[in-house]
Amino acid sequence: MSTTTDTPVAPPPAPSESTSTGRVGDKVFSGLSRGAGILLLVIMAAIAVFLTVRAINAISENEGNFFTTFEWNANATPPSFGIAVLVFGTIVSSVIAMVIAVPVAVGIALFITHYAPRKLSGPIAYVIDLLAAVPSIVYGLWGALFLVPHLTGFYSWLNDYFGWTGFLEYQGGAPRSLMTVGILLAVMILPIITNVSREVFAQAPKMQEEAALALGATRWEVIRMAVIPFGRSGVISASMLGLGRALGETMAVATVLSPSAVLSAKILDPGGGTFAQNIASAFKEAGSFGRDALIASGLVLFVITLIVNGAARLIIARRKEYSGANA
Amino acid sequence: MTATTTLPATEQTDALGIHQPRLPKWAPAGIALGAAAVGVGIGTVAGLSSRIQWGLIAALLFVLASYAISATVEGKRQAKDRFATSMVWVAFLLAVIPLASLIWETVSRGIKVLDAYFLTHSMSGVVTIQPGGGVYHAILGTLEQVGIATLISAPIGLLTAIYLVEYGKGKLAKAVTFFVDVMTGIPSIVAGLFILSLWIMMLGFSYSGLAGAMALSILMMPVVVRSTEEMLKLVPNELREASYALGVPKWKTIMKVVLPTSIGGITTGVMLAIARIAGESAPLLLLVFGNPVINGNPFDGAQAGLPLFIYEQWANGNEASYDRAWAAALVLIAFVMILNLVARGIARWKAPQHR
Amino acid sequence: MAKRIDIGSLSAYYGKFKAIEDISMTVEPKSVTAFIGPSGCGKSTFLRTLNRMHEVAAGAHVEGKVMLDDEDLYAPGVDPVAVRRTVGMVFQRPNPFPTMSIYDNVAAGLKLNGRYKKSELDAVVEKSLKGANLWNEVKDRLNRPGSGLSGGQQQRLCIARAIAVEPQVLLMDEPCSALDPISTIAIEDLIGELKKKYTIVIVTHNMQQAARVSDRTAFFNLAAVGQPGKLIEIDDTERIFSNPSVQATEDYVSGRFG
Repeated sequence: MSTTTDTPVAPPPAPSESTSTGRVGDKVFSGLSRGAGILLLVIMAAIAVFLTVRAINAISENEGNFFTTFEWNANATPPSFGIAVLVFGTIVSSVIAMVIAVPVAVGIALFITHYAPRKLSGPIAYVIDLLAAVPSIVYGLWGALFLVPHLTGFYSWLNDYFGWTGFLEYQGGAPRSLMTVGILLAVMILPIITNVSREVFAQAPKMQEEAALALGATRWEVIRMAVIPFGRSGVISASMLGLGRALGETMAVATVLSPSAVLSAKILDPGGGTFAQNIASAFKEAGSFGRDALIASGLVLFVITLIVNGAARLIIARRKEYSGANA
Repeated sequence: MTATTTLPATEQTDALGIHQPRLPKWAPAGIALGAAAVGVGIGTVAGLSSRIQWGLIAALLFVLASYAISATVEGKRQAKDRFATSMVWVAFLLAVIPLASLIWETVSRGIKVLDAYFLTHSMSGVVTIQPGGGVYHAILGTLEQVGIATLISAPIGLLTAIYLVEYGKGKLAKAVTFFVDVMTGIPSIVAGLFILSLWIMMLGFSYSGLAGAMALSILMMPVVVRSTEEMLKLVPNELREASYALGVPKWKTIMKVVLPTSIGGITTGVMLAIARIAGESAPLLLLVFGNPVINGNPFDGAQAGLPLFIYEQWANGNEASYDRAWAAALVLIAFVMILNLVARGIARWKAPQHR
Repeated sequence: MAKRIDIGSLSAYYGKFKAIEDISMTVEPKSVTAFIGPSGCGKSTFLRTLNRMHEVAAGAHVEGKVMLDDEDLYAPGVDPVAVRRTVGMVFQRPNPFPTMSIYDNVAAGLKLNGRYKKSELDAVVEKSLKGANLWNEVKDRLNRPGSGLSGGQQQRLCIARAIAVEPQVLLMDEPCSALDPISTIAIEDLIGELKKKYTIVIVTHNMQQAARVSDRTAFFNLAAVGQPGKLIEIDDTERIFSNPSVQATEDYVSGRFG
């Protein structure tokens, strides 16, 4: 609407030339842009191939079982390493993060779109948007130097009342545990999930909200009838995106967790590990073979995040079809 | 005008059932205050050391009390509504506390050693347990790494987006779209491992800013593609058709009409992508390796980077290093936030509807 | 069931802006009252004050009285949620809940008010759909989504949903403006039947429609853009369209407006 001023500059071409595909410039340009797209595919393929080759190299020399061994002794001779502890730690910490972050994020999203005074909701949304951009290492620093010392009392309290459950037993000591990782990851992914959910809730059609109001629905009933059904799949895919980020988070976990080759259900006690954290912690001491082993674990992480992200995309795609059918 | 306005005096008959006992407007605030007071009371009496418990107890009391009071006075439906409202408020406050504390800690602790000296000196010759030193080398490294990553990924990302929007049809375009999505989800450490295996382990190059930049560009590319795609799609087709109708070839139409129209949004997208990768530390750890002295050459030898600097200082585990870590975190946040604010400013300023 | 509405010097605001000023009128029970007037004259705003939907917008508030028989809807202690259950509303564009089936759409209002037996719900749904002249068209596909119906059917579904909770009054905000002529006729016929049971207020842009369906007609106008809308006159529809007492009304209904 604005830049049409540029167009009259072009000289009027002869009618025979007006089929644009025949021109050299067009060929070069479309070739370049197509090449960029192909390059992207090549990079993706290269990532898969290189990681796989290295991983096969490492696993073939592995004395332990890659999937069931607890220890990570890739530098030993013979090398013996496995991802059992890492799988457990990654899943447990991410699940804790999701359990905390998703309901809270949905709450904040609803707060911004439907509860907060209008003057407040704009600035709040803006600030949360900015918080999504805070680098993960800063969360890690905050987690290690502020959050960890503040959790000791809370964990002993949990131990006093819920210690009998077994998994909430707490021996004392610095709470550099999977639970702490989960809480920190929750804080980290909260802004992302909130942002996407907020956008979805804000798009909920006003018409249906009015219909619910006119039937004599309270505010919560309006949200339940007309906002949540509309936003459900959006929230799910937002959560999956958050989960993807939690699974692959490296530095924030590395700063907070005190790793060990222990697979324990006592999530308040220090110990355990995650894929990304293990790579970051073990990298500087790893020799050439040790790096191959780390790459093997990275490949597993890659596959897991691919599956999670793929699921998220699938849900978004289905949502698009769904809303298209109703348009 | 025949409107008759004989209004009888309001009686409190409730034949319609529209009168509902309601809690006064100050009730939620009152219950919140009460809950906070009781929470603090329980906390001090029971000697709970952690403020987190105090807050949780107060929040729980607030939610339960507002439900109970509302259920007895206003009925079950209103109580449910109040319950939802208080849950939403509690969720908001629960989230505000850690996020506000994060900002507060970073600023208050970071400001301690953040001065001109800190910004203009490296860690060369500084014993880690002693105060002093600075982040100049890390800022320099980050600027170079991020700059190179942008130089690699911005053109590729831009061209890919142009391909997808202006040319892309058929299987190739679908594959590219799909894998751009996949690429968005790659953990940064995996991108780092890929460059490690390709560039350092296979091709035998050493650690360098360039290696880190390559990993960063893998993370940046899909973000640029996505945001540019969105912006190009916003350019109305009428503009393109108007240009074609004048006999302008397609590539010139893209260069002279489509891109100038969307350049504001594209710039915003690229800047947000830069802000995102500037804070990535995992690939730097694997590829740039860290270096306490100034290395201005991103193509040769280990460099420093701001996020990596923070991690290293934290790992040193002493107060002087922690101070430097917080100060560097403040610098990094400031850098990222300025990028964000400027990007949003551009988006607002260049937004099509305002022009 | 049907109630008389007495409105006493009612003004409505959006923040500082006064949208309508000092309106007083009576709406007779079991009749159709049409609101006509140029765009922006506040007739929709006025309609929305009658079931306290106006105050949903941020900063919106109302001064004056709306008496439903003997009760002021704006008296202290009145629950707006309960008011909206008593005064039903149908909107400009059909807005069934897209994720609900036809059956659930009709039952939506009832389900809010407590637990009903399946058989009770079935009976109400059938009665309401019959009341909205939709039963024969949808009785075989009650479990299909309501969004699969045509525009006119969707609007009748919304009417069925509104009357399922047995309101005293039915407000309609340009219910036919998004519909084709055939669907419009179906809705107009329906309005004629519904007025046997309900007090109906309808906002319409279409003067022929007002003449066809209403018993009484109110004409609204505004002095200028930015000025509040006012009630010019209300009278029997026949009189408004043949021999109105105010010149502006005559200009408007005869198309000589502006």
